Amino acid sequence: MSDKEKSVDPATNEIMNLACKGEIETVFDRYEEMEPECGFGQLGVCCKNCVMGPCRIDPFGDGPTTGICGATANTIAARNLVRMVAAGAAAHSDHGRDVAHTLLIASEGKTKGYEIKGEEKLLNLAKEMNVKTDKRKIEEIAHDVAEKCFAEFGQQHGELQFTHRAPKKRQEIWKKFKFTPRGIDREIVEIMHRTNIGVDNDYVNILQQGIRAALGDGWGGSMIATDLQDVLFGMPKPIRAVSNLGVLKADEVNIVVHGHEPTLSDIMVTASQDKELLELAKQKGAKGINLAGICCTANEILMRHGIPIAGNFLQQELAVITGAVDLMLVDVQCVMPALSKLAGCYHTKVVSTSPKAKFPNVEHVEFSEEEALPIAKKIVRMAVENYPKRKKELVNIPKDKMELVAGFTAEYVYHMLGGKYRATYRPLNDAVISGRLRGAVGIVGCNNPKIKHDWAHLELTKALLKKDVLVVTTGCSALASAKAGLLIPEAAKKYAGKGLQEICEAVGCPPVLHMGACVDISRILMVLCNVLSEGGLGEDISDLPVAAAAPEWMSEKAVSIGFYAVASGIYTVLGIPFPILGGKEITDFITDKMENVVGAKFGFEPDPIKAADLIVKHLDAKRKALKLKPVMYGE
Amino acid sequence: MSKIVAAAVNRGSIKIVKEAEDFLNKAISEKSESQKIEFPDTAFFFPMAYALLGAEVKTLGDIKPVLQEAKSLLHDAPTESIWLPYLGDTLDSGIATLLAEEIIVGLRYLYKQEPQADCIGFFSDTILRQLGIQLVDGRMPGFAAILGAAPDNKIAVDIVREFQKRQILTFVGSQTNGRSIIDQLKEENVEMGWDNYIVPYGRDTITGIYPLHWAIRGALTFGGHRKGEALKCLKYCKDRVFAFGLTLGFIDDVKYATGAGAIDMGFPIIADTDIPEIRPTGICTYEHLVKELDYKKIVPVCIETRGVKVKVSEIPIPVPYSAAFEGERVRREQTYVEFGGKYTTAFEYVTTKSADEITDGKIEVVGPEIDDAKEGSALPIGIYIEVAGRKMQKEFESIVERQVHTFLNEAKGIFHMGQRDMIWVRISKEAKTKGFKIKHLGVILHARIHEIFGAIIDKAQIHIYTKQEEVDKLLPTSRETFKFRDERIGAMTDESVDTFYSCTLCQSFAPNHLCIVKPERLGLCGAYNWLDCKASYEVNPTGPNQPVLKGTVMDEKRGEWEGINNWVKSKSNSALERFHGYSIMTYPETSCGCFECIGAIVPEANGFMVVNREYSGMTPLGMTFSTLAGSVGGGNQTPGFMGFGRLYITSKKFIAADGGLKRIVWMPKELKEALADKIKTRAQEEGIPDFLDKIADETIATDTEKLLEFLQKVNHPALTMDPLM
Repeated sequence: MSDKEKSVDPATNEIMNLACKGEIETVFDRYEEMEPECGFGQLGVCCKNCVMGPCRIDPFGDGPTTGICGATANTIAARNLVRMVAAGAAAHSDHGRDVAHTLLIASEGKTKGYEIKGEEKLLNLAKEMNVKTDKRKIEEIAHDVAEKCFAEFGQQHGELQFTHRAPKKRQEIWKKFKFTPRGIDREIVEIMHRTNIGVDNDYVNILQQGIRAALGDGWGGSMIATDLQDVLFGMPKPIRAVSNLGVLKADEVNIVVHGHEPTLSDIMVTASQDKELLELAKQKGAKGINLAGICCTANEILMRHGIPIAGNFLQQELAVITGAVDLMLVDVQCVMPALSKLAGCYHTKVVSTSPKAKFPNVEHVEFSEEEALPIAKKIVRMAVENYPKRKKELVNIPKDKMELVAGFTAEYVYHMLGGKYRATYRPLNDAVISGRLRGAVGIVGCNNPKIKHDWAHLELTKALLKKDVLVVTTGCSALASAKAGLLIPEAAKKYAGKGLQEICEAVGCPPVLHMGACVDISRILMVLCNVLSEGGLGEDISDLPVAAAAPEWMSEKAVSIGFYAVASGIYTVLGIPFPILGGKEITDFITDKMENVVGAKFGFEPDPIKAADLIVKHLDAKRKALKLKPVMYGE
Repeated sequence: MSKIVAAAVNRGSIKIVKEAEDFLNKAISEKSESQKIEFPDTAFFFPMAYALLGAEVKTLGDIKPVLQEAKSLLHDAPTESIWLPYLGDTLDSGIATLLAEEIIVGLRYLYKQEPQADCIGFFSDTILRQLGIQLVDGRMPGFAAILGAAPDNKIAVDIVREFQKRQILTFVGSQTNGRSIIDQLKEENVEMGWDNYIVPYGRDTITGIYPLHWAIRGALTFGGHRKGEALKCLKYCKDRVFAFGLTLGFIDDVKYATGAGAIDMGFPIIADTDIPEIRPTGICTYEHLVKELDYKKIVPVCIETRGVKVKVSEIPIPVPYSAAFEGERVRREQTYVEFGGKYTTAFEYVTTKSADEITDGKIEVVGPEIDDAKEGSALPIGIYIEVAGRKMQKEFESIVERQVHTFLNEAKGIFHMGQRDMIWVRISKEAKTKGFKIKHLGVILHARIHEIFGAIIDKAQIHIYTKQEEVDKLLPTSRETFKFRDERIGAMTDESVDTFYSCTLCQSFAPNHLCIVKPERLGLCGAYNWLDCKASYEVNPTGPNQPVLKGTVMDEKRGEWEGINNWVKSKSNSALERFHGYSIMTYPETSCGCFECIGAIVPEANGFMVVNREYSGMTPLGMTFSTLAGSVGGGNQTPGFMGFGRLYITSKKFIAADGGLKRIVWMPKELKEALADKIKTRAQEEGIPDFLDKIADETIATDTEKLLEFLQKVNHPALTMDPLM
């Protein structure tokens, strides 16, 4: 491995050095070994959708200009891209489906592990979905809401319920261009059909279906996941916690949850506080049981319970390398297969739990919502029993940890700004209108070893804060900000421009608001809808001085998110371009012409400072279009 | 909300809620939970709790859930580091403080500890309604609540004078280091009271609740919002009640906590001390918490922060001029010279001339000037105003003339009463000392006529006669005109015109309310008749009085016209569909809250009672005017109940569809006497000459049983009329 530092995070670099000395391979090494990566793949011009090929188009024009079937680079790139959308949308939506399932069995009393903690949200959903609430038990209401949500997945015609939350103008655009998703699953299936050999060959038409499936994610699967999780696990509200590898404890049983679905991680919180197991831990010589998280499942239990964060996507192996993790349990999404081999070097037990996600040579304890608590306890017990096997000489816990405030939701903003009696978004709208805030930007997405770990997230975030841009964040980007101390209220004084500082001081909030896991980007959509309803900033999301960015993205889920963000009217800057650059016209469409259709487009910009410039220009242009004053404390 | 402020509010709210809890426990243990408790003269119980929680506090036991809510709104103080968002929590603490303060002053009333010496204490519903018109017509553009004490008496006086000058109603109270602005003003002999626009509420911050829970009643009375509609009531205050707080001296925790409550109502706080400001906007219209250390600038800063719209007329006279001085009296011992009253002949008169007959701005005094008069003497006066204008009409003369009263009264040290040939004017010694001359009366009139009637009057000249023979010479002509005017207005009927006038003056307070002013039915406030509205429309063609074509007659008896219905629907934001101009029982016209009288059905008597605003006693319905007003106002149609102007009672169209005058079974004695002559005339026309004596009053009955007994005894016509219901 090269000597160059891989991360801006000292804890990460410390463990990386350790890995180097011990000649332990990590994602960073495997990335270096993989270079140079396949150029055809990067440009999106290879196709293996049938076995006449695989085909690849010569980007320099010297070789084949179409595939064997005659597909052009644009067609191939479009097909590949929307298949990424399909995979991403499927991942979020399957997550949403699992939560709906959990709510359903909880309402039927088939599980003891869950209760309805978000009654108010449930009642609001019931009203929205036309479920009767009068003189009915909360379980009956929950049952009907769960069933209605379930139906959204298999629905064959009509419109997804939650698309009606979007501003009227946005809904009209969707209708006009046939973007309104009919059913969550249906749109994903249709992508697979259209991209089959010899079906849809017009890249614009292919993208149309990509948009439709992506909207089925953002305003469907993801939104259902978020809303029903709030119903089951309770509404998050601001909460303090600690992040980074330093949260692991030398003298306690360390359990790290990793993956995405809180159906498991939330119940682990309960199980890890079990008296009997705590007693057992003491018997084994541990002072307690320390639960920590990685990736989005960590965000979920962070928001609702203040459970500490061990790290984000590129730190999952590093957690094991600290030698202090007694058990890492994983469910779905973003879990590296490499964990299995790595764990063999340490005492760490990796346990897979989802029937959808198994790993060779990894112990599988299948999770079922019906038996949630006993299974969770069983896993905690495994961790406790593994504690004595910890090899003291291999334990290296970095000191680095950082405090944070997480747990902001679209609903909480009302209380945050107006309290119980004046619940309102007005101060936020006023802040933008007056020019104290230039606008707001959602910085989200993954880590990617192509970019120095967390660097692009933080550089972009800091650059925008300085320009009086309020940042909201989810997923691994949120965790990057957490570790860097951007999620504490004190960060406003240190990083924010004067206008943003004034707002943070008035409200008492950090300049970067942690809004949850990657499915919770749906929360950001709702914030924007609420801002529009409050008034004074236009009629459609595309009127607002807002933008999105995923500076270090890597997952197909990010492609789906990017698509639904842009299709909702949000300018989105990606740090790594989509693998489509081999198709000139599709690239041109996505980064330019798409704006004529949905009022927003993608930008590709790896340099976070340049990305910040692009975004600031965009925000200023939107401000001008709204005839807002220039920013109050502008240059 | 800066963290320091949030922490102070947090401490203050906890302290006050605890104080309320201790006081309540003491009261319950000394008395009982069923002990009755109330503020004087209000239909809104504990108004803040009523508006925000929908609670009707009648007994000590009823306070418990209110206190419980206040306690639930308290929260942890923001931490030293890694604090959680505090703005929302702090606003909640503010509300907790207001609820608790209301409980405390309520309990003080129970123990007769309020009102404090020299203070008004609880502001009654009557005051709220009396000020109604002024709230609406902009004569009172804003409200200041001062808490604390100024560094010295002079600054205290200067500040309130600055507010007075701008017609801003100023509530004074609380204290700083044991000193209250109330005493500062008292020591400087500043006249206080509603008429002077300076109202002392109490000497501690807790009594700061009085102006606040007075303001929230505006949302219920004029805004048409219902009890428990907290957000609507608070936003109404923010959007419509231009109040703000001004703290003088150190701001302690309780002041901060009370201020947070005020901010939740949209009322910003301005401080004269070096406090952390909260400039971002959103809960208030503009900044929330602002400091201004320079006393010369502090009043303009207040006005700017709240967005109060002030119109100051600069009139070149040697005494201050403002609506705030309108209610000021000049007592005998303060008077230098007086005119009219029972002492001399006096009149005022406006007449139209052609433009070339008038030199605009010409003001002459014919007869002795003030320097020629002896101190304490009386002179005759004839205020003879000639006006001209392309749009001026004969019928506007009375409207301009009627304003002379207001115009002259608004000068400090000048007192005016009455109208036409029944006027009484005094000029104070103080004004004389400052150089005020009789001629200045003309200066005022000239300036104000141009300001107010600029759209119809191009030129005005004023002669002031103080010589007996001149006054005597002109008096008969003016009397002729007065008589002519009465006959002209009296002769007009609803049928004689094809156009009525709308009045939406009060929509800024009651968004769905509008008056349809007809020749035979004046506005319910009593201040605007059909001619006034016509003039007002001429003056301001896009203003609140618009001509409305009657259109097709749909129901002559009930007074329903197609054109009126269409207008009503569109101007009430579709809240109303139809108006019956002559009925209380079907689609009655709505009320804003400014009505002079309320007509209400007395089912047992098969008739209506009428109660006027000034009457604070009980009526046969078991409700006072205040209580009744709660259900009549707000722009709602409530069959059986209606607000109207006094003069409507003697109109031929008075509830004609319901049987007219004959249906009146009860009215307060004072009203009966005031209208006696007119009622007698109308009764003659109706063929019941002895009708006046058949109307009961409070000396006869204040319950239905006694009322019926009386009606039967006098054989009241309502008893044998068609059933009302």
